[in-house]
Amino acid sequence: MKIDGSRRKFLHRAMAFGAVAALPGCNYEDPQNPDLADRFLHAMSDWNDRVQQALFSESTLAPTFSPDQITNPPRFNAFYDISQAPVVDEASYRLELGGQIQDKQGWSLGALNALPQEQQITRLICVEGWRVIGQWGGVRLSDFLRRIGADTSCKYVSFKCADGYYSSIDMESALHPQTILATSFLGQPLTPAFGAPLRLRIPTKLGFKNPKNLIYLGVGNVYTGGYWEDQGYNWFSGS
Amino acid sequence: MSRVVPVPGTSAFFAAAANADAAWFRCLDQNRRAAQNGNMNKSGNMTGAGGKRVRVIHPWPLRVTHWLNAVAIVMMIGSGWQIYDASPLFGFTFPPLITIGGWLGAAIAWHLAFMWLLVINGIAYFAWGAGSGHFKKFWPLSPRQILRELGLALTFRLKHETGMYNAVQRFLYVGVLFAGVVIVISGLGIWKPVQLWFFTDLCGGYFIARYVHFFAMTAIVGFVAIHVLLVLLVPKTLPPMLTGGRIET
Repeated sequence: MKIDGSRRKFLHRAMAFGAVAALPGCNYEDPQNPDLADRFLHAMSDWNDRVQQALFSESTLAPTFSPDQITNPPRFNAFYDISQAPVVDEASYRLELGGQIQDKQGWSLGALNALPQEQQITRLICVEGWRVIGQWGGVRLSDFLRRIGADTSCKYVSFKCADGYYSSIDMESALHPQTILATSFLGQPLTPAFGAPLRLRIPTKLGFKNPKNLIYLGVGNVYTGGYWEDQGYNWFSGS
Repeated sequence: MSRVVPVPGTSAFFAAAANADAAWFRCLDQNRRAAQNGNMNKSGNMTGAGGKRVRVIHPWPLRVTHWLNAVAIVMMIGSGWQIYDASPLFGFTFPPLITIGGWLGAAIAWHLAFMWLLVINGIAYFAWGAGSGHFKKFWPLSPRQILRELGLALTFRLKHETGMYNAVQRFLYVGVLFAGVVIVISGLGIWKPVQLWFFTDLCGGYFIARYVHFFAMTAIVGFVAIHVLLVLLVPKTLPPMLTGGRIET
């Protein structure tokens, strides 16, 4: 996501001169104090979540591509510059688990790599409109959730990242066969900028629903939102 | 008779606008008098003061869907331009002054809220149009007649016949309805390229679907520009879209 806070504030101010800015709060300016327009947009976004949940099918697969279609060089994207990507010490790394999970022992990168692996060449579509094709490899999330004894009747799977980013997805999408906990990108271990040591790769959702540099995975029925979702982006954001 | 088109911003333009306003109110007045003098008969047609049969120019379902569509189009285009600006397809962006939302997240929220009004209202219009015989007014569509009447229209010699669509109107209305169908299909293809993949494929894939969506928008904006310009030139066409209007048959 390229829009940083200052640019957005600038746009807000620029809007103040626009005729449309006269519509009160038509821009989600203050999510903590929603006005009438914000509440309308929230209600419609909730409705769109339900519609997307109804449209979602576990058997509908995201399109896959051939190796020569891979976007090269890959495109970095975050709410900060590439030089600020968090570097996680892989030797001491443990993926923390929480919520409705039987075995909450942390997972080292070695243990994750010892699980059955799979590769996918899929398309990542950014909420901004652009798209890239990449190859990701890792552990199928549905396999992992079953292995740790997660209660898959729960509604949400939530993620926290080393850079403070966070997001959450619906359980149906989490159990989709193409949803993986990725440890590799373009045939190489992940680099910090592209999500090392572990990222979610979910080709049935928009790019910002693919959190990088994961440090925590939780399962539960409490809605935990997300970094962009809490600012007004649609939560389900399915493709 | 030739007619000089006033340049916007000049005094001639404002004088013409004032004249247009006066014509507007004369029209409203005529409509009101026709309604007062007329008596509604069983079939919903009215008998005018002179004993002639009178019908409504624009039936209410047309007026309601027209204005709801106008709201939806303004919201969709304004928010769509803001979304475009996040990842432009061409070497330009739309200035924030004419976009809706202020930033990408809000623009998407508006876009995906008002798409329901656009689509549901559009379905209602097509259902009414098919059931009422309204679409017969778009027929025939002969390219030669369109070109001939377009030539007349561009030289301001095409007479506006109340209650009838001329060939240029028929062409423009059918064209914008087609653009409306294309913009909804490409929009759904961009929104859900996995679950609604058939719409995406129909547009030639996700990448091309964004261009299809853009050009359908361009066609609609072009239509709106001509549509509004023509209403300014022939202002008596506006009141019937509000009141329904009355015409002797």
